[in-house]
Amino acid sequence: MKRRPVFLISMLAFGFAFFYVPILSMIVYSFNESRLATVWGGFSTRWYESLFSNKQIMAALLLSLKIALVSATIATILGTMAGIALVRFTRFRGRILFSGLVTAPLIMPEVITGISSLMFFIMLAEWVGWPGQRGFTTVTLAHITFSMVFVTTVVQARMLQADRAIEEAAMDLGSRPWQVLFDVTLPVIFPAILSGWLLAFTISLDDVVITSFTTGPGGTTLPLLIWSKVKLGVTPDVNALATLMVLVVGTGVLVAGIVLNRAERRRVQDARLAYRANE
Amino acid sequence: MSEPAPDPFLRIEGVSKLFGSFQAVRDVSLTVSKGEVFALLGGSGCGKTTLLRMLAGFEEPSAGRIFLDGRDMAGVPPWSRPVHMMFQSYALFPHMTVAKNIAYGLKHESIGKDERAARVREMLDLVQLAPFADRKPHQISGGQRQRVALARALARQPKLLLLDEPLAALDKKLREHTQFELMSIQARTGVTFIVVTHDQEEAMTLADRIAVMDKGQVRQIGSPTEIYEFPNSRFVAGFIGSITAFEARATGRDGGNLLLDVPALGGRVAARDVPAVIEGQPLTLALRPEKLRISKDRPAGANAFEGLVKDLAYFGKDSLYRIVLPSGVLVAAHAVNARRGDEGARVADWDDRVWLSFDPAAAIVLAE
Repeated sequence: MKRRPVFLISMLAFGFAFFYVPILSMIVYSFNESRLATVWGGFSTRWYESLFSNKQIMAALLLSLKIALVSATIATILGTMAGIALVRFTRFRGRILFSGLVTAPLIMPEVITGISSLMFFIMLAEWVGWPGQRGFTTVTLAHITFSMVFVTTVVQARMLQADRAIEEAAMDLGSRPWQVLFDVTLPVIFPAILSGWLLAFTISLDDVVITSFTTGPGGTTLPLLIWSKVKLGVTPDVNALATLMVLVVGTGVLVAGIVLNRAERRRVQDARLAYRANE
Repeated sequence: MSEPAPDPFLRIEGVSKLFGSFQAVRDVSLTVSKGEVFALLGGSGCGKTTLLRMLAGFEEPSAGRIFLDGRDMAGVPPWSRPVHMMFQSYALFPHMTVAKNIAYGLKHESIGKDERAARVREMLDLVQLAPFADRKPHQISGGQRQRVALARALARQPKLLLLDEPLAALDKKLREHTQFELMSIQARTGVTFIVVTHDQEEAMTLADRIAVMDKGQVRQIGSPTEIYEFPNSRFVAGFIGSITAFEARATGRDGGNLLLDVPALGGRVAARDVPAVIEGQPLTLALRPEKLRISKDRPAGANAFEGLVKDLAYFGKDSLYRIVLPSGVLVAAHAVNARRGDEGARVADWDDRVWLSFDPAAAIVLAE
């Protein structure tokens, strides 16, 4: 009887180790005094200092944040509209096609999305002379197209649980459909919209593949910079940078999770109260 | 049935509603006068809620027309109708306080800020919720939520208030209290109420008139007394209250009474005359439990039948007897427990021989 728990626990430990030891070792080595990535030379924060004084890295970080901010915001607006439309308008011409097109980026290999975006921008530049140069705008546009689907999925799930009668009540009390949207629908699904935005933001901040296809000179985002630096060998300042990114992304995911979880808990609690009132 | 006024407040004319090939409402016509409380009563799927949603403007009739205060409501969207609805789930806005919920409809009216605040306060007082003005809907009880929903719907002073199963979500004790509260609020505001319900008691206590619906059709319209005492069909008689029904045949007339041959009762029954009935016509005789008298000795007069007490259910204020007749038919009869005491004080006990009797006027004769 004693052997099985030991086996299970060791398998679990091995699994977790497989996932997290590399990240942990990276974090530990980011505080390494030595220049050599594999030799421990004592504790130091000098790579963090050199990181913050590195203009190239800071510029890439700023660009990444700008792209993530703009693309997440636009993706949230578009994705929320799509999510609401898919739930509220159950019958319109081409609904199945629309729903398929919206969710396609989820299953599409990133390389395909990347290369097709690139081809599109090149052709567009030939036909209408825009975009003349790839960079911030093209990367942002590409990020919007693939992060929108995450917002749509989250909003759609929330809309399916929302009580239609609340919107009807607002309409009954004199509000036109667009007023109902702003007065009732959006406030009720706001937690889902917020967590959708956070998802889109972190996904954009992380992306390498699609960014590398759609970017151009001067458009080096942080993940791209790290990728190019690593090609020349892992340096401790990359470890420091990656540690910071783990911190930022981890915080983002955690906050999104808490927001979703809290909204869900409140919803369940309200449902339970309503159920109790029904008895 | 009361005569419709020359220009009734609400007139529903031959309204039908089709969902695909399913006919939810069939050719309904009725009128409601100003200030009346009108109930649409029926089981689930009888079309009452669809009819209510057509009045609110959420559904358009497939055929027929609806006039409110002389105005044809065809094509008028829900937000332009002087009709407000209290939803079954109350549909309160979860992100707004009680006061904001009540004030919501008022923002579409061109009234000043002070007047709006005064109106909200007036509504809060009407439903006795002033201390809860700043609470969110999930922070108040079910009964309080019901009152918020009512206040919100009344705040814009609608011409017509639609109530979808207003008491269904409340427990029994609260329901009785709320019933009287609803009636007093209706009397004070004078707003015309249309109540949808599946609960016959709710309909009878709330409404001035009731329309009994079945399979999308109106089966009978009348006051609670008319519907209960003079049902026009076996369906209505059985839906409102309980009955024991017997097959019968008209054999003749005697004075003001119609004589019926009822094989299950083992003989002849005298019932109040129904002029349209012809001799030999097959009929249904329906008896309500509380109209039957139970006695140990044979009572004087017609309509007396002997039987055996098979079952007895004691409810406190009254008891329900199930009496088996020689023909094997079971008849339900109520007896009020007027005397206080133990089992010995009862009219009859298990396996006692008893006599059942009823007045000719108490018998319901139905031509089906």
